[in-house]
Amino acid sequence: MRRVNRNERVRIALTLNGRKLAAEAEPRTLLCDFLRHALGATGTHVGCEHGVCGACTVLVDGVATRSCLTLAVQAEGREVKTVESLAALDGTLNPLQQAFRDNHALQCGFCTPGILMSFTDYLSRNPRASEAEIRDVLSGHLCRCTGYAGIVAAVKDVTKSSP
Amino acid sequence: MKPRPFDYVRPDTAEEAVALLADYGDDARVLAGGQSLVPMLNLRIVEAEALIDISRIAALDAIRDVGDRIEIGAAVTQNTLLAWPQLAKKLPLVAAALPHVGHFQTRNKGTVCGSIAHADPSSELPLALALLGGEVVLKSQRGTRVLAAKDFQKDMLTTARAGDELIAAVHFPVTSGSGVGFREVARRHGDFAIIAVAAVAEKKNAVRLGVGGMAGKPVVRQIRSDNAADAIAAWAGELEGYEDLHASAAMRRDLFRNLAPLVIEEAIRCAA
Repeated sequence: MRRVNRNERVRIALTLNGRKLAAEAEPRTLLCDFLRHALGATGTHVGCEHGVCGACTVLVDGVATRSCLTLAVQAEGREVKTVESLAALDGTLNPLQQAFRDNHALQCGFCTPGILMSFTDYLSRNPRASEAEIRDVLSGHLCRCTGYAGIVAAVKDVTKSSP
Repeated sequence: MKPRPFDYVRPDTAEEAVALLADYGDDARVLAGGQSLVPMLNLRIVEAEALIDISRIAALDAIRDVGDRIEIGAAVTQNTLLAWPQLAKKLPLVAAALPHVGHFQTRNKGTVCGSIAHADPSSELPLALALLGGEVVLKSQRGTRVLAAKDFQKDMLTTARAGDELIAAVHFPVTSGSGVGFREVARRHGDFAIIAVAAVAEKKNAVRLGVGGMAGKPVVRQIRSDNAADAIAAWAGELEGYEDLHASAAMRRDLFRNLAPLVIEEAIRCAA
C-alpha cells in the first residue's frame, strides 16, 4: 500500500518520453504541474484545469489522459509521453505534426500539444479513422483559433497515408 | 484551480480499501478514474481529508459475465467496457449510451462505477442502469449490500452509499434480443446532456422508457407503445423539469416530448 500524507513531499519516479526521471511532489500535485515545474517538460500546456479544454492531454501507458485530472502520484511508475516525444531528435516533425503544419491546423498553438497526443493514441487504435470519428475525438479539445477545419484536414491526411 | 491538501492512499486490495474507508468514513473520497472527482477537487467544490486510489486494484478491474447479468468492477474504465467484444450483444443499451459519456479522452480514465457513484442527474450510465433495473454492489467491513439502481441514486449527486462503503461493482442485466433506443441533446457532443432519453422494447406493445436531466435522478416508466404519444405528453406534464444555464424547464419538457417518440420508434424497430 502506498501512502503519502497531505503535507509530505515524496519522490515520484516515472518514465518520461523514454527517460527514467524522478522529482518531489505533494499528493495534491497535478501531473501537468509536475511535468512542467518539477521535470521541466513545458510542451504540455495547461488551460482550464478541470478537464474540459484538453490542452494538457498526455499519454499515460499509451492512453490519452488529461494531465490536469491526474495526480502526479497516480502516474508513479507509469510511462508518460508528451508532445516532446513526437519529433525526431534533429527536429524533423513526425507525420502527424507535419500534416498539422501543411494544413494550417494551428495558429497560436496553445491547444496543439494536447490534440497531437490525443490523435497519437487514437490513430494507433484506429489508423483509418473516418471524418466522423476524427471529429468525435476532436470534441474533447477546444481550439479558439482554427475553427477546427484545418485540424480535421490534417488528421485525414495522416489516415489517408496509413496502409 | 489547485486542490486543497489531502492524504493519498493507494491500497493493493479491495479489503485494504474497505478498511481505509472504515477509518476515514465520510472524510475520504474514493478515486478511480478521477474524471468527475478531480475537477471538483481542483475547483474546490469538494474537499477531502484523504483520497483512496482504487485504480490499481486488479480484482476490481474486471468485466464478468455471470449469466443473466454483467458485473463491472469499480476500476473498469468506460473505454474498456466500450471495447468489450460482447457489449453490443449483451448490453445493447449501454453500447448505445457509452459513446455519449464524456469524450474519448475522459472515457480512457473515467470508470463506469465512478459515473454511477457521481450520480449526475443527466448522466447516461445512471440512466441506463435505472432503465435496465441494474444493481450496485456496496462493500464495507459490515458486509456487502446489493441495492437496486432506483434505491441507490436518491437525488442530484446523492446516493445511498454510506461513508464506509466502497462501490465494488455494478450489475447490468443482459438484454440480448430486446430493441433499444438512446438519444440525447447536449450543447456539444460529449457535454453533459440537457436531457437524455432511453428505451427498451421488451414485450409486444410495451416499452420501458427512461429520461435523465428532467429530475434529480433518472426516472423510468413502462408505457404502452400503441398509446405512446398520450403517455409521453402526460408524463412530460408531471415531470416539471428544472432550469439551469442551458435550458429552461419548459424547453426540457419540450425536448422530452420530441425525443421520446423517436427513441421508442428506434427501440421497436431494432426489436423487430
